[in-house]
Amino acid sequence: MGKQKPDMIKGSLDMLILKILSLEPTHGWGIGERVQQISKDELQVNQGSLYASLHKLTREGWITSHWKVTENNRRARFYALTRAGRKQLGVEEDHWARLAAAVQTILAVG
Amino acid sequence: MRWISNIWFRLCATFTPGRMEREMDEEMAFHMEMEARKLVRGGLKPEEAARQARRNFGGPMREKERARDAWGIGLVQDLTSDLRLTFRSLRRSPAFTVVAVLTLALGIGGTTAIFSVVNGVLLEPLPYRDAGELVSVHHSSSTASSGAIPLSAALYFTFRDHARTLRDIGIYKEREVTVTGLDQPERVAALAVTDGLFPVLGLQPMLGRGYRREDAAPGSTYPVILAHGYWQRRFGGDPNILSRTIRVEGSDREIVGVMPANLSLPGVRAELFLPLVFDRARLEIGNFSFPGIARLKPGVTPEAATRELDGLTVVATERWGGFTLEMLRARNFTSVVRPLRVTVVGGAGTALWVVFGTVCVVLLIACANVANLFLVRAESRQRDVALRAALGASWGRLARHFLTESLLIGLAGGVLGLLLAHGGIRLLLGLAPTSIPRLEDIGLDPIVLLFALGISILTGLLFGSIPVLRFGRGSLAGPLKDGGRGSSGGKRRFQYRTLFAVAQVAMALVLLVASGLMIRSFQALRTVPPGFENSEEVLTFRVAIPSSEIPDVDAATLMHQAILERVASLPGVTSVSGAASVAMESWESWDDWMVEEFPVAETEVGPNRRMNWIVPGYFETIQNRLLAGRSLEWVDIYGRRNVVMVTENFAREYWGQPSGALGKRIRNGQSSPWREIVGVVGNDHTMGVAAAPPPVIYLPFITANFWGSESYSVRELRYVIRASRPDPLSLLAGVRQAVRSVNPNLALSDVKTLKQIFDQSIARTSFTLVMLGIAAGVALILGMVGVYGVISYIVSQRTREIGVRMALGASKAQVSRQVMRQGGVFAGLGVVLGLAVALALTRLMSGLLFGVSPADVLTYAAVSAALAVVVLLASYLPARRAARVDPMVALRAE
Repeated sequence: MGKQKPDMIKGSLDMLILKILSLEPTHGWGIGERVQQISKDELQVNQGSLYASLHKLTREGWITSHWKVTENNRRARFYALTRAGRKQLGVEEDHWARLAAAVQTILAVG
Repeated sequence: MRWISNIWFRLCATFTPGRMEREMDEEMAFHMEMEARKLVRGGLKPEEAARQARRNFGGPMREKERARDAWGIGLVQDLTSDLRLTFRSLRRSPAFTVVAVLTLALGIGGTTAIFSVVNGVLLEPLPYRDAGELVSVHHSSSTASSGAIPLSAALYFTFRDHARTLRDIGIYKEREVTVTGLDQPERVAALAVTDGLFPVLGLQPMLGRGYRREDAAPGSTYPVILAHGYWQRRFGGDPNILSRTIRVEGSDREIVGVMPANLSLPGVRAELFLPLVFDRARLEIGNFSFPGIARLKPGVTPEAATRELDGLTVVATERWGGFTLEMLRARNFTSVVRPLRVTVVGGAGTALWVVFGTVCVVLLIACANVANLFLVRAESRQRDVALRAALGASWGRLARHFLTESLLIGLAGGVLGLLLAHGGIRLLLGLAPTSIPRLEDIGLDPIVLLFALGISILTGLLFGSIPVLRFGRGSLAGPLKDGGRGSSGGKRRFQYRTLFAVAQVAMALVLLVASGLMIRSFQALRTVPPGFENSEEVLTFRVAIPSSEIPDVDAATLMHQAILERVASLPGVTSVSGAASVAMESWESWDDWMVEEFPVAETEVGPNRRMNWIVPGYFETIQNRLLAGRSLEWVDIYGRRNVVMVTENFAREYWGQPSGALGKRIRNGQSSPWREIVGVVGNDHTMGVAAAPPPVIYLPFITANFWGSESYSVRELRYVIRASRPDPLSLLAGVRQAVRSVNPNLALSDVKTLKQIFDQSIARTSFTLVMLGIAAGVALILGMVGVYGVISYIVSQRTREIGVRMALGASKAQVSRQVMRQGGVFAGLGVVLGLAVALALTRLMSGLLFGVSPADVLTYAAVSAALAVVVLLASYLPARRAARVDPMVALRAE
């Protein structure tokens, strides 16, 4: 099972997905695995939220999808970042950094 | 660019949800498979791994739901499912749906129909270019009893040449001319216009050209311009019309232009246009006969123009003869510049707004009925709603469902109402052809359609909010806990319904009072002696003998006399006579008359009086009583005697009683001869029975030494024929023959019975009466239905209570009496409320009333009594039903 952390801030899931996809195009399950891997099991993505997020990001035009056959000879839907998505990623990273700094400032008081 | 992908995504989701669902399924299956494989690698057995994977994933249904939510088309999906549900539930209760839609259709249809009239007549701008700049120009004076005095040609020229506030000005005069040289001689309505009139209105001819100033100058051939309809009708739309000539009033005229179709001139019908010609050398300030229309320069107000024109009038008195400045000042003579639309609409405004107000009230009553229906329906579905709420429907969702239902009914009522309105408008246009100005502007145009749509949506929202408010966010569990019948408790519910019923009764009362007042006005109008009797036996028509045909005055007189004799000898004719204008026609002539016995100063003239020219025997033919002295006779005509007759009010004004006027002398100017009054007749309501009759002076139709001519003769007479039977139109063929036998170039025109003339003069009142009557009738029926509905419902809700009471010994009579008392309460409250509102509102329609005050006790009392009876009647049936309740059945029903 592993440690489960709920999505702390809803928007951060979108950002994480964009980041993962900026490294290389992956399918839905793969995204979840990568997040878990990279965060060393600290973050585990909720499957339902994952697909809801993926649909939203597609709708917004930040990622696109296409069906491909995997190494295991199975059909899967692969997602990739668009140029607009890359820009959006930068925006969200900035926002996150500012937010984290602000929170830190408050916690550092007293 | 992003919004493109957004829209595309939503479109795909809306139209191909199946494919997206399948892809989602496949994707999730893949996901779970990968997860299972990972778990197997971690040491689990395959089936265990598969189960674990599924559990990790969470309920696929819910995940799919969440994913679908992210599609962003939830609203559309919900709406479509709402619509489907609503259709089904409405279809299952057809009675409710049909009654609600029909009632609304009645209200919306009536309101839309009347609104289209209000819109076309009062709200829309006139159909001319930049119509806001157009004004009518006329004068007013304290001695003229009619409101607007048209322009005099001298003043027109002054204004035209010097007014800086006006872009241009044109004047016109309605005439009838004889057109000969075609297969048949014909009298046509014509309009003589100055060169500026068409440009002022922005009207361009379709063929040829308009008028230039030279066309009215001496030496011109005075060419004519045809109206589109006349060109089609008489010349078959001949494309080579411009090279033809026609003979108008005895002289050949070239046709230089044709005006386009759908030309509308304010309040005027014309088939032919002529140049309005003046002899500038002989002009003086006088003969105020020419209505004027002008276009203001941009940014100029009518008040500024009025001031300038008043100033120019002073200048004009120095340049022209005729009325002097002192004479004008003595009469408070001023110019009046008014927006053209106001002049055209005239007095129709009040009547129309009153009628519009009434239909709005009917709409309100209809809404009250439908609101009641919705309340009942909402209550019978309490359990339904509670169940849905318990199953997870949010309050917003429920509200949306109710609103969808009521909006659907509102829109359905609106569509049906539009159909009704369409038919209603046709009916209106058929009913009241002349009393409404600008008839051609009435129709279902975009603004009216928008209005209907707006009302439908508004009423829909209104009704939808009833169950929404009713159920609120409060405890919906209550109805579920109950035996499932819907408790009859809740005083608030009854109060709403009672309020509706009382309000309906009140509104019906207001409308009935308004109708009653109009009925009494109408009756009062009919009892005013109009100056003639037995109008249904009298036929009238006009014949003109143009001076171009018969220049000699005596010859023309002989011709008129010949016509009179020939017609008199026809079978079925009791008497024949004629006059320049017959009661209530708009043909008018005025001049100032002074009385010998009451001299005025040298520079002064007497008061302005209406005049008419008559043929001997006129009063006997139309049966206006002779009060003193004698009638004019043929010997007065041939002897060129200076004699006149006057009306009763003229005699009384100077001498206190009719006989006092005999032998007295009057004249219309210092240089005119004195004329002796030889007879006095009853008052002449020349401006309709609703207005006070002006004093009239009657001259013989050939008058010696009058208005600058030795023998002033009226070339065009309106003949009056009294028939022995009340079907005077049957004489028409014989009369035409008689006229033709005297001179084949003469034509009859404007054939009407005297009764038609009279009816037209009260047309506005009768029209308003009919409209109000219909509205009041509908209101009464709707109100009755409403009251019946409410009381029935109360009875059905209280069945158990009634059963208990009967079991405890109450008699049938007592039970039914109690229900009737409920009805009586509605009647009482409604009548009291209605009386208060009626007293306040009927003041607004006092302009339409005649001979009855807006607070007329008789009307109010009668209407209240009648309405109370009707309401009690409406509660009679439910009362009987209450009496028939079987206590055993009522108590057992649970």
